[in-house]
Amino acid sequence: MNFPEDIRYTREHEWARRKGGSVVVGITEFAQDQLGDVVYVELPDVGDPVKKGESFGVVESTKAVSELFAPVTGKVVEVNDPLSDAPETINEDPYEEGWLIAIEPSDPEELEELMDAKGYQEFIAEQE
Amino acid sequence: MALRTPLYDTHVKAGARLVEFAGWEMPVQYQSILAEHEAVRTRVGLFDVSHMGEVVFRGPRALESLNRLFTNDLSRIADGQAQYGCLCRETGGIVDDVVVYRRAADDLLVCVNAANRTKDHEWLAGHAGGADVRNESDAWAQLAVQGPLAAQLLQRLTNVNLSALRSFRFANGEVGGVPSMVARTGYTGEDGFELFCPPSDAARLWAELMEAGKHERLQPAGLGARDSLRLEMAYRLYGSDMDDGTTPLEAGLGWVVKLDKGDFVGRDALVRQKQQGLARKLVGFLLTDAGIPRHGYPVLQDGRRVGEVTSGTRSPSLGTSIGLAYVPAALAAEGSTFAVEIRGRLAAAKAVKTPFYTRK
Repeated sequence: MNFPEDIRYTREHEWARRKGGSVVVGITEFAQDQLGDVVYVELPDVGDPVKKGESFGVVESTKAVSELFAPVTGKVVEVNDPLSDAPETINEDPYEEGWLIAIEPSDPEELEELMDAKGYQEFIAEQE
Repeated sequence: MALRTPLYDTHVKAGARLVEFAGWEMPVQYQSILAEHEAVRTRVGLFDVSHMGEVVFRGPRALESLNRLFTNDLSRIADGQAQYGCLCRETGGIVDDVVVYRRAADDLLVCVNAANRTKDHEWLAGHAGGADVRNESDAWAQLAVQGPLAAQLLQRLTNVNLSALRSFRFANGEVGGVPSMVARTGYTGEDGFELFCPPSDAARLWAELMEAGKHERLQPAGLGARDSLRLEMAYRLYGSDMDDGTTPLEAGLGWVVKLDKGDFVGRDALVRQKQQGLARKLVGFLLTDAGIPRHGYPVLQDGRRVGEVTSGTRSPSLGTSIGLAYVPAALAAEGSTFAVEIRGRLAAAKAVKTPFYTRK
């Protein structure tokens, strides 16, 4: 399983990557594997506020509904609209094409509080 | 500690993801629910359904006694035929929905849902009516071979003439050298077979099927695909779509209730309910707005809660969101519209004819 070094991770299995002034958010490879085939996503609109640790949408597989939690506080500045027609992209390419939203963070330092790749791998190992 | 079928090790080796279902540790998927679903619709899939239970009625009073506990009519089928129906309480509430295999008038096998093995045996034995009733669930493993290529694959392995074995017929024979009861039944809506065999032979039978099935690209399939396949057919799932508090009439199973066959447990209540009219009915619906309906989501009409979703999913074959829900009888007609509440948001839904999916 792949754990890119250039991103940060949450305990709810989202990842967050700094890109220019914003933070791009997705779910991890581990998360999509646990979830199975993603068949539906529900994401916020551009301009919506999101708060660290609070739900900003859902991804659903054939069997299950899984909430998405914001890794940082801020405002949604971009949404990966093509996912609504091709939610399987989240399974196929969770760290790149399968990104969910981009957030303009209120506090750019907040990202540093999240786990790094090594910390996340240890976190997953503890869960299993 | 969850129960394990005789194929547990086989599943682990095949890389299955195991989940607990009705007290059993069962494969939910091997690779992908969508791929397994598609394999069954277009080729052939193999399911372990050994968690299902088997209760056997024997003796000179077997047929008569079981027929008094069953809503359908076992006197209308011949030996070697199977029939679907419900076991009801005096209240008309459903104890279980089952398939009865009539091996002989004095030897009938009742295939029951996994979660109801003990409950059904206690219910049936408690109303045995002079028949010898035994829970033989631990004496059987069950494999389901389902899909348009199932007959082609299975015929290479068995001495049972499948072209003479029509739907809901069964015969004893060998499959890959394993003594089996071969039944042309299933829970997927495709042509297919359920193979009943001794637990000690189950792993060998599975291996024989997988080896021979390379030609058809036989796909092991888990409970995830089993659920999406059955829901596309609007087949009811006990515990989700019906339970002891719902009647077969409410659950849309009136076609397996034979009120004119003579007395049976629950008949009086069902006759009364039919005369009074149904307050609620299970209906198939499509979501016309975005979202996926799930078990337990409220159904609303004019802002008022009037019912509940009992099953729902994204249909892999149709690409739409489908579900079953209890609604007031007035909303059950085809074309009726109502709303499903999904996380506080209302999504429009429309009652449709079932099955959702028609075999190609």
